[in-house]
Amino acid sequence: MNEVVIAGVGQTAVGEHWDVSLRELAFAAMEAARADAGGLKPQALYVGNMLGAALSRQSHLATLLVDFAGLQGVEALTIEAAGASGGAALRQGYLAVASGAVDVALVLGVEKMSDQTVSSVEAAAATGTDADYEAEHGLTLTAQAALLMRRYLHEFSPPPFALAGFPVTAHANGAGNKYAMFQKAIKPETYQKAGYVSEPLNMFDVAPSADGAAGVVLANPAILPEDFGHRRVRVAGSSLVTDTLALHDRPDPLAFHAARLSIERACAQAGLSPADVDLFELFDAYSIYAALSLEAAGLAERGQGWQWAQNGALTLTGKMPIATLGGLKARGNPGGATGVYQAVEATLQLRGQAGGNQVEGARTALIQCLGGPASTAATHVLAAGSDPA
Amino acid sequence: MDIPRHWRLKKQRYALVGEVCGHCDTKVFPPRDICPACGEEAKTLYQFSGRGEVYSYTTVYEAPAGFEEGAPYTIAMVRLAEGPLVTAQLTDLEEKRVEIGMPVEMVTRKLRNATDERGMLVYGYKFRPVVAVP
Repeated sequence: MNEVVIAGVGQTAVGEHWDVSLRELAFAAMEAARADAGGLKPQALYVGNMLGAALSRQSHLATLLVDFAGLQGVEALTIEAAGASGGAALRQGYLAVASGAVDVALVLGVEKMSDQTVSSVEAAAATGTDADYEAEHGLTLTAQAALLMRRYLHEFSPPPFALAGFPVTAHANGAGNKYAMFQKAIKPETYQKAGYVSEPLNMFDVAPSADGAAGVVLANPAILPEDFGHRRVRVAGSSLVTDTLALHDRPDPLAFHAARLSIERACAQAGLSPADVDLFELFDAYSIYAALSLEAAGLAERGQGWQWAQNGALTLTGKMPIATLGGLKARGNPGGATGVYQAVEATLQLRGQAGGNQVEGARTALIQCLGGPASTAATHVLAAGSDPA
Repeated sequence: MDIPRHWRLKKQRYALVGEVCGHCDTKVFPPRDICPACGEEAKTLYQFSGRGEVYSYTTVYEAPAGFEEGAPYTIAMVRLAEGPLVTAQLTDLEEKRVEIGMPVEMVTRKLRNATDERGMLVYGYKFRPVVAVP
């Protein structure tokens, strides 16, 4: 397999872009990523998108996007794996370059949520659960997370507000990211006073759905020009693993089995263990998912992931920085674009371009996005290489 | 909408018909034809008792499109007496406080808004607190 480097990154702000269409949003990120890559022309486009068909009445999205971007003729297809769509598209781009099928691939994540009402978005997102046996009973993604959190509190009895540290950390970091939806820190007391969205999930336990697009240009380093300007960031590990689609079909719903396996495989490929990485962009769509992801990574025992949210262990200077540019909670949750945002943010960290949010000396990053309650888990390890000569 | 899709599921929705594995006797719901316990074929129909207990529960306030008339509603994962977990709404709660471990039994209720664009009513299982037998 060929080595694969991230040659360019680009993103739009995450938020409610009333004046921008799905294609315009995607185009902005494609252009930004290609410019950052010094104008490398992609031979393939992989688009991570979850709800374009439902919310924008647009399927066949990748073809629309190469067409709109003036890249007609390029291989292009859309990858859908619910909330893991962006990470799944990244994996397809990685495989295409690693295999030698192409030398340059553009991976784009895009989601346009704000054209529809909240109830339509909830219904569309719920189609990513088992349509006959979950969604048809009125289950939503948020309710699914609430069911897991209720059971978690029941089985493991953490202290009150034990998960507060996840959104507090995310918001503190979002304050330094100009692309983040929420750029304001919150106090622990604000979390404690927040109203319930779906008990026991409160407003700050749930990341806000929003519009956004992010892109990365993947390349075989052998084709990069000698004067290529960025520090090389290598895709050192890549894995995608599935579990049962329906949460109720698992022997132990509180174990994110696919999340665990995909971290193990990506880290084994990269030759390191999760405890060795310098930062972890985990899937904090819900606070409880952050706790379960840390447990899946083997960084905490079962039922103990909440302990990481105490005493600043997850901050930019802590033992394991997470959500370094706001995570889903503060940067926003742009659905199928999430995994690509994580790749962009981790690349900025590994290049030393994260500004006030820089994790000092970061050389390796673990990124993971989940479809549903880890029904799909896409995990990558990124590693900093040599600086430009 | 989706008339054949709902019609095909009538045994499951109205009577909790799943499957039993002829190899290891595991009871399977929803039916999936391959036994999740031993990986062998499991196609023998099996009717569940409808008895179970609450494994977890929550309340949906912002209902997805098609479910607004029922909101807010309580949704749960129920551990059936025969083993499987199912996702379903709780109903007939009145003032009763839901708790993990609470015994429940299956009843048939409307699942969706009564007035969809084709006037179709979708019925299926929900669970209510076990009614004490005198």
